[in-house]
Amino acid sequence: MEEYTLLRQFADSWMLLLLFSVFVGIIIWVFRPGASKEYKDTANIPFRHQDKPAESKEARP
Amino acid sequence: MSNYIKLIVLGVIAVFAAIATNYARDLAYQVHAILVMLIAGGLFIWTLRNTDEPETFVDRSGEYMDGVIRYGVIATAFWGVIGFLAGTFIAFQLAFPALNFEWAQGYLNFGRLRPLHTSAVIFAFGGNALLATSFYVVQRTSAARLWGGNLAWFVFWGYQLFIVLAATGYVLGGTQSKEYAEPEWYVDLWLTIVWVAYLAVYLGTIIKRKEPHIYVANWFYLAFIVTVAMLHVVNNLTIPVSIWGSKSVIVWSGVQDAMIQWWYGHNAVGFFLTAGFLGMMYYFIPKQAERPVFSYKLSIIHFWALIFLYIWAGPHHLHYTALPDWASTLGMVFSVVLWMPSWGGMINGLMTLSGAWDKLRTDPVIRMMVISVGFYGMSTFEGPMMSIRAVNSLSHYTDWTIGHVHSGALGWNGMITFGALYYLVPVLWKRERLYSLQMVSWHFWLATIGIVLYAASMWVTGIMEGLMWREVDANGFLVNSFADTVAAKFPMYVVRALGGVMFVAGAVIMCYNLWMTVRKAPAKEASLTVAVPAE
Repeated sequence: MEEYTLLRQFADSWMLLLLFSVFVGIIIWVFRPGASKEYKDTANIPFRHQDKPAESKEARP
Repeated sequence: MSNYIKLIVLGVIAVFAAIATNYARDLAYQVHAILVMLIAGGLFIWTLRNTDEPETFVDRSGEYMDGVIRYGVIATAFWGVIGFLAGTFIAFQLAFPALNFEWAQGYLNFGRLRPLHTSAVIFAFGGNALLATSFYVVQRTSAARLWGGNLAWFVFWGYQLFIVLAATGYVLGGTQSKEYAEPEWYVDLWLTIVWVAYLAVYLGTIIKRKEPHIYVANWFYLAFIVTVAMLHVVNNLTIPVSIWGSKSVIVWSGVQDAMIQWWYGHNAVGFFLTAGFLGMMYYFIPKQAERPVFSYKLSIIHFWALIFLYIWAGPHHLHYTALPDWASTLGMVFSVVLWMPSWGGMINGLMTLSGAWDKLRTDPVIRMMVISVGFYGMSTFEGPMMSIRAVNSLSHYTDWTIGHVHSGALGWNGMITFGALYYLVPVLWKRERLYSLQMVSWHFWLATIGIVLYAASMWVTGIMEGLMWREVDANGFLVNSFADTVAAKFPMYVVRALGGVMFVAGAVIMCYNLWMTVRKAPAKEASLTVAVPAE
């Protein structure tokens, strides 16, 4: 089989399936239980450490 | 020790550039060789004078690296005004061809200045805005100082050199004629080096972050840096005709070359002008509104949907060409689907203000950010519509496309950058507030009305032009000649140029306001040293 046809067939079958499942997987992952609590903390990152970097000892929960 | 290596490298470059000046086959290459020789020579002397001096080590790990960001902010404002002025001038050249001066033919005519304008606004203004804000955001959201020490300074000055080489090259005729990728092979190679250093600084900072999570703005910035690297390398795979000349030949041929060019071109829009600026949106809108982003979940879905879809949209630039039908249909379908994540992002940005809409009345900076997101929504609706083959048959090659690009570039990229600059300058120069909010309002209205004049006149002239081109009489002959359409467009061209004048005037007011903020606004002192509470 010539290279172009082979790649083309792979692209619109297995690769398409893989990319699509990864995308669906991400959406399911975003709505996993407990995500809201974690994202609430992450969304507040811009409101910390405005003026200087965190100390090396300072561990975040 | 490292200074000796630097001296060897700089010396070799300076000597090579001197030889290149002698053997240069064309003017652009020769001027660039002289420029590189002078810069490398100057740096050689400067490094030499600092070699073997006693070193004073200052521990700066306890503070952010803001010097390079201040330079980035100044460069953004400077290149912005240059790029807008160039654009306004070429708009007048189109309306009044006499402005293509006889004495400057071959240097300052429309064909030479147009790429100068596009590169100045996209890569010089937009690029510096992305550089400065990404360095600012990645430090604050990682709670870590920039990785790599002075590498960030190399990225900044290396990028400025790229801009100067690109701009002077266009005027002197050193171009490979690929839209938004005009610089010739040696400039491309230089940008690749700078870009890899940029990626290293950015990734290094993220890797040593103190926050457990990578904030969403960094995802967008990182996608922009990585994708632009890939696009730039693939679209610029050229073989120089001679190492002593600027001319090179691309390895792709025919329709493959066209497809790769527009795969590059559309993703330059998608990742340079969208993903990177969305990174800005996800940091500066929450900061200015003083509340976290509307939905963090939506921001993650927005990110991945945008990444998965944008890369396929390029073929819509090549409807009705030698490109196979399946490819242009694919590009069209993905462009239409792309509407969804774009509006998801727009809703996320706008709704961040929910509960704080009153700020729109009192804070002109947030007004600027909100209208930029509004323009983002408008142009990401217009774009998918124009990518549909039937619409494209009317809009393609007309001024409608130019209007679309400018509502996106002036409205979305310009306004969000202005908003970020108004936020950054008081913070970076430790001022309590901006010099004048009234001037921000003036800037806001001048820019907004300027864009409206621009976009509206381009819609009218674009659709008129498209209809005139396709008009046939009862016998099937074309009714209008090309010159007829050019003559009919004159009034709209004047309106467009006036819109440009208003936009430039707003930007000049901004520069004055920012300058006076640094000079005159009251300094912020005590509050700076107080640690911000973690919760």
